[in-house]
Amino acid sequence: MSDIKITIDGKECTAKSGQTIVEAAKANGIYIPVLCHFDGLKPAGTCRICTVKVGGRFMAGCTTPVAEGMRIDNMTPEIEDMRKQIIEMLFVEGNHMCPVCEKSGNCELQALAYRYKMMVPRFPFLWPKREVVANTPKLYLDKNRCVQCLRCVREIITTDGKNVFAVKERGGKTTINMDEKLAAGLSDDMAMRAMDICPVGCIIRKEVGYKVPIGQRKFDSKPIGSEIEGR
Amino acid sequence: MGRKITIEPVTRVEGHGKVTIQLDDAGNVAQSRLHIVEFRGFERFVQGRPYWEAPVLVQRLCGICPVSHHLAAAKALDVIVGAGTGDGLTPVGEKMRRLMHYGQMFQSHALHFFHLASPDLLFGADGDPAIRNVIGVALEHKDLAVQGVMMRKFGQEIIRATAGKKIHGTGGIPGGINKNLSIAERDEFLKGADPLNIDKMIEWSQAAVDFFKGYHAQNKDYIDNFSVFPSSHLSLVRKDGAMDFYHGVIRCIDADGNKLLDDIDYQDYYKHIGEEVKSWSYMKFPYLRKLGMENGWYTVGPLARCNTADFIPTPLAQKEFEIFKAYTKGKPNHMSMHMHWARLIELLHSAEVIKDLLNDPDLQKDNLVVKGTKQKEGVGLLEAPRGTLFHHYRINDNDQIEMANLIVSTTNNNEPMNRGVNFVAKDIFTGKKEITEGMMNRVEMVIRAYDPCLSCATHALGQMPLELTLVDSNGKTIDQIRK
Ligand code: SF4
Ligand code: SF4
Ligand code: FES
Ligand code: NI
Repeated sequence: MSDIKITIDGKECTAKSGQTIVEAAKANGIYIPVLCHFDGLKPAGTCRICTVKVGGRFMAGCTTPVAEGMRIDNMTPEIEDMRKQIIEMLFVEGNHMCPVCEKSGNCELQALAYRYKMMVPRFPFLWPKREVVANTPKLYLDKNRCVQCLRCVREIITTDGKNVFAVKERGGKTTINMDEKLAAGLSDDMAMRAMDICPVGCIIRKEVGYKVPIGQRKFDSKPIGSEIEGR
Repeated sequence: MGRKITIEPVTRVEGHGKVTIQLDDAGNVAQSRLHIVEFRGFERFVQGRPYWEAPVLVQRLCGICPVSHHLAAAKALDVIVGAGTGDGLTPVGEKMRRLMHYGQMFQSHALHFFHLASPDLLFGADGDPAIRNVIGVALEHKDLAVQGVMMRKFGQEIIRATAGKKIHGTGGIPGGINKNLSIAERDEFLKGADPLNIDKMIEWSQAAVDFFKGYHAQNKDYIDNFSVFPSSHLSLVRKDGAMDFYHGVIRCIDADGNKLLDDIDYQDYYKHIGEEVKSWSYMKFPYLRKLGMENGWYTVGPLARCNTADFIPTPLAQKEFEIFKAYTKGKPNHMSMHMHWARLIELLHSAEVIKDLLNDPDLQKDNLVVKGTKQKEGVGLLEAPRGTLFHHYRINDNDQIEMANLIVSTTNNNEPMNRGVNFVAKDIFTGKKEITEGMMNRVEMVIRAYDPCLSCATHALGQMPLELTLVDSNGKTIDQIRK
């Protein structure tokens, strides 16, 4: 891996070849918001919240590798508003009631909405009918809150290589399916892992809700992105 | 031609109500009704939700007394997760919840007295409506208004330290609590700069009781005779008969003080209490099964608690309790305006309990949650500021709520509030053809004495106004006032 030079919003940065734009930015203390991306997982590029502009073209920062001399726009008003729109769309496409949601304070979508100062989405609420799956002993799936990031699909795999979560249907109808038998067989750790990998309150480990008091939750005192920008 | 009067809105009552007074051909009050539009959708709303969500979910249904709902639900879920009731929790779990609850009692009672009741006392029923409100109190009795604001703030800070937020926190979880009280948090309440410390709060609470007694001495006729009618009284009491707002057994006494129910485990409440639906009101009418629908109604709230309890387990409040009891020679007190007196004694008691809890080292312990063998059904009762609050849940095999039944304090007081309105209406509307400001206020005052949480009973968002109408026996409106 050799060092290459790029700029992000005009700031000169050093990156390693093979890094994605998101990774390179992070290494330089610059935050590019991500939602479907999760460190260590193969990028899926489904949410587009990480959109940046390179040479006048929009690209997903989590899937695009850096190249020598790349000039990347990250925080321009145009891009920031686009990201805000994506967040708003995610809110209207699902059914989110943060005040009662047990993921509140630990939820990445909510944290992004705070970061982008979303008040009321500019799009009409769609109030989709979404399913709740409760018939497994450890996990509870509230699809009202799913953002189809596919993190669970990529991460939660049984010891013998089977996917516990899978995509069902395509396009607007995409939903996440949980294999109830496999889910029932998950170890406590894996069940907890499934909850933690989900950026929102869709995958819930049963009977642990609200254990962390307000004030000590992930984003209560550290807004999303501050862990990178603050360095 | 008979006539009917409707009062709407009841100002300074949070929520929405409507009073109709029907006069007969001779001009006498034939009937009076307090209509409260109750939305019972929440019981369906929680169906299918995972049970551990209930304490956070149900508290959203009332912006006025969320902590009571939060804790009543948590208590019901204690049973469901096998932690039992009362002393089933760890000391820190039980005591943190108590602290939260007494903090809520304290701030709610302070709010009621200083913001809602004191205008009636300070300016009288016929006072200028322009100043007969909290602004009027603030202008003419600056110290009282400031005390009201600070006491409320103190209570809210207690709630924040225990629940995580001043309203709609998450502290109570099935089987316990999600945080303890740090030494720093504790010392803030014990040793905070004046006036925000517990000693000042006790001093001010005592002063509020003294203020009432002084006022009472000057206005005995008004306070003692404003609205008086016999009633049964129901509340939780501690097993030994002490006043307890957080936990206990159900006790109900009749108008003469005989025990109708005593030492009843509230898990069995439905064996003793039924709920009747009436065509003219959306709100249910609870009643004691053993007395039946007609005679089984009862009063809950501060007056009821002072009537059912044998003693108050803190010294200053106990002293006041003895004076209060002596006034009716130990018999149950049925004077509606004495509800304010009882409420202030409870305010003082709450402050004393908060101090005792703050000094209890159990609050710094770490074993926050207890769980045992899971149950399918659980009931949680507590004494909310306005009276006994019932939460009852049943879950299915998938941990989802399949049945919820709630009886809120204001619903318990449905019949007595109707009787109170009737008492006042007979007194002031007989032979009248129009409604004056003073008449309207008297009707509102009796409702206000109960401190009804119409928000909670109706789940209305924000404050909704109310209306008084006078109608003849043919149903024709003669006069109407809206506020
Ligand atoms: S998943 Fe996140 S955004 Fe959705 S309701 Fe829960 S906290 Fe809010
Ligand atoms: S369940 Fe959670 S992790 Fe899986 S796709 Fe939906 S939001 Fe992503
Ligand atoms: S984070 Fe890049 S597309 Fe989702
Ligand atoms: Ni209420």
